[in-house]
Amino acid sequence: MMTSTLDSRKLFNLNWKRILFWGGICALSQVFICLVGLPSELNRRILIESTLSLGYLFILWIPLVFGYIVSKMVELEGIENPKPGASDLLAGALTGLLGSLGLVLVMLGIENIDMRDPLINWNPKLFRLLTFENSITFGSLVWISVGVVLGTVGSSLHQISGQMRKMFSYSIFGLFTFAVLEDVIDDLSEGFRLEWLSDLIYAKKGGMTVTSTIVLAVLLALLPLITRGKLKATVTRYRSDVTPGAQRRNSVMLFSIIAVLVIVLPWFLGGIINELLANVGLFLLLALGLNIVVGLAGLLDLGYVAFFAVGGYTTAVFTSPNSPWFSPETHFGISLLVVVVMAILAGLLIGAPVIRMRGDYLAIVTLGFGEIIRLLFLSDWLKPYLGGSQGITNIPPIDLGPWEVRGADPRSVFYMVLAFCVLAIYVSWRLQGSRLGRAWMAIREDESVAEVMGINTVNSKLMAFVVGAVLASFSGAVLAAKVGSVFPKSFEILVSIIILVVVIVGGMGSITGVMVGSLVLIGILGGPRQPGLLQEFQNYKLLIYGALLVFMMLKRPEGLVPTARRTRELHQEEYLQDAWLGDEETEESKEVEEKL
Amino acid sequence: MTETALLEFRSVNTHYGAVHILKDVDLAIYPGEMVCLLGGNASGKSTTLKTLLGMVTPTSGEVLLDGEVVNDKPTSYRVINGVTMVPENRRLFKRLTVKENLELGAYLRDDREGIEEDLENIYELFPRVKERLTQKAGTLSGGEQQMVAIGRALMSRPRVLLMDEPSMGLAPALVQQNFELIQQIHEEGMAIFMVEQNANMALSIADRGWVLQTGRVVLDDTAEALLANPELRSSYLGES
Repeated sequence: MMTSTLDSRKLFNLNWKRILFWGGICALSQVFICLVGLPSELNRRILIESTLSLGYLFILWIPLVFGYIVSKMVELEGIENPKPGASDLLAGALTGLLGSLGLVLVMLGIENIDMRDPLINWNPKLFRLLTFENSITFGSLVWISVGVVLGTVGSSLHQISGQMRKMFSYSIFGLFTFAVLEDVIDDLSEGFRLEWLSDLIYAKKGGMTVTSTIVLAVLLALLPLITRGKLKATVTRYRSDVTPGAQRRNSVMLFSIIAVLVIVLPWFLGGIINELLANVGLFLLLALGLNIVVGLAGLLDLGYVAFFAVGGYTTAVFTSPNSPWFSPETHFGISLLVVVVMAILAGLLIGAPVIRMRGDYLAIVTLGFGEIIRLLFLSDWLKPYLGGSQGITNIPPIDLGPWEVRGADPRSVFYMVLAFCVLAIYVSWRLQGSRLGRAWMAIREDESVAEVMGINTVNSKLMAFVVGAVLASFSGAVLAAKVGSVFPKSFEILVSIIILVVVIVGGMGSITGVMVGSLVLIGILGGPRQPGLLQEFQNYKLLIYGALLVFMMLKRPEGLVPTARRTRELHQEEYLQDAWLGDEETEESKEVEEKL
Repeated sequence: MTETALLEFRSVNTHYGAVHILKDVDLAIYPGEMVCLLGGNASGKSTTLKTLLGMVTPTSGEVLLDGEVVNDKPTSYRVINGVTMVPENRRLFKRLTVKENLELGAYLRDDREGIEEDLENIYELFPRVKERLTQKAGTLSGGEQQMVAIGRALMSRPRVLLMDEPSMGLAPALVQQNFELIQQIHEEGMAIFMVEQNANMALSIADRGWVLQTGRVVLDDTAEALLANPELRSSYLGES
């Protein structure tokens, strides 16, 4: 009896301020997402047949996440948190409820006030979507109950066991992957002659069938039970296997598996996915180059696209019969040599005047140079030579004897790009451990002291610029041959920014990070002009890029796959912090003891 | 003295743009001695160090290394020939490991065995540094950072160590320890050129000293004489 009264009192012992705060943010997020137009636009993409579209999913994840956040305890050493209980669930439910109220307000607003002028998405389409083509009352009831349920589920995640939580997240993220990657899985199963499998999972009109969703959810939830941390154990074993021989053997094995996959897989993939992979490769090549400049040498170059353009235009001038002024129509291989020379010249030309600048100044000046180069290509002054805004067209495919690399055959482009990427990865990898790499890192950390160590900072920085420029120009050359034409428009400032985002999100200075970054960002979201896997996001790409960048800076500044060095550092910091907290605690507890 | 100076200034003048920094400065550092340069803010102490290292080129006058004029030689030339600086506030490469910091000190050297040998010597000199090799330098305590900074400088096998304000930013207890360390290195035969504001402490261990005021050497004497100099006592040692 005693306990039940205690519980009921506790039920209302809520941290109202916290709930109002997070509930408010939850509501604002939902309203924002709606008004940006994500739900209306993405409603066409069905995830689960006649149940869930990507548009609705964009609203639904919010109460779940905020329910989770609101009942999350700040874990501090020395302070004992109260055991999570029913009050936390209530807090989650209330947060979800508050969030849904935002949607109710939007519905009421759309019906009563016309605000379409500033807000394009303040329209009947959104209204129909939110009310499920029914009345406001119906819509409100649905959203409120959904919000409450999802908020509760979110907060309950703290109370279930770790194993359960794992099963839940496996199930949710697995389903999401299956639903979103429908095209790839379709494509893959077709390639492997397993159409029946994808027919089993996906409905004809798109989206997963309800049955397959349930079956998959259960299977995915059972996955952690089957693996039982075996995977983690393997990884730890792999990592801790410090005998050089074993480690080497492991790396070679891993490397060969990846190599075989990368070489064989394109044959089982359709044109669209291969095209996508080719784009990922092109941007990976750029990102690897920028990674040397920004990640290793610490030179924030915002005009990196200039070198990409130099590569593209040089290839165009030297191979295309349509080049307006000088048209030797050489083979791609010969033009590639010219590209390298031009890239080195461009690297020195842009590098030399800006090399003495540091930090922000360098960023601004390179930004300017990037634009200058684009405007030069666009200018009437150079029009007789480079075609102005009409660019240079009719760039022939790359002739490699028995093979031909053509834009119409994305697989061939992919292999071409792959070859360049392998080269770039090898170069980056060797440079990292080299004397020059050391010098770059020293300059990144402290330029003046690097100079005191006897490092020739000017030359080292110029070298970083030049190596980056050459890699970018390779990418430009392949792009020119792939697309068959070059226009100033393809080399806008956005390219520089997006490559930088790829490097930052992936993990500055980390080769694997840059690979993962370009696969995730370019592959899934798409490049500046190239659609990604989620073509529906085309219009929201920059929004998502921005949100991702903010999130990464706040939560994981070291990037998705940080360098071993950075991970080590962070662990050390945590360790030191813990040690410090530990000391503090003992001192405090001593004081308390003394007082007692 | 008939001995050739290791480093020497002969009426050196330097300018930053139109601003005249060093005015006819004469200095000489002989092998194995410990000298210090005293001076207040903006007296030209840092410029003196930069000029010695070749990061600033004098507008007139000569900088000599082993009797050879090195005005136009780059920093790397001087580092190879035995001149190294321990920068102000230690300035380690914070996100690199202690080991990498030490190795960067030997950036211009090619002799792997020699480098290994010197690393061992530094571990012997600073056993605590050896425990922290894989830790990133920024996480070390001030005293440990000072050890790494000195170790990094020693890695280039210098004959003269230029120290820019070695006591700055250190806790008082560490300042004492630091000076003892400098003295220990000096006793092993290293010439030391110290730039300090902590005149009392510096003069107590140095052989000779100069006082720099707005770019001009105003006093040049032995350490004892400087310590006893009433003018210096009033302006630098805080005694009226």
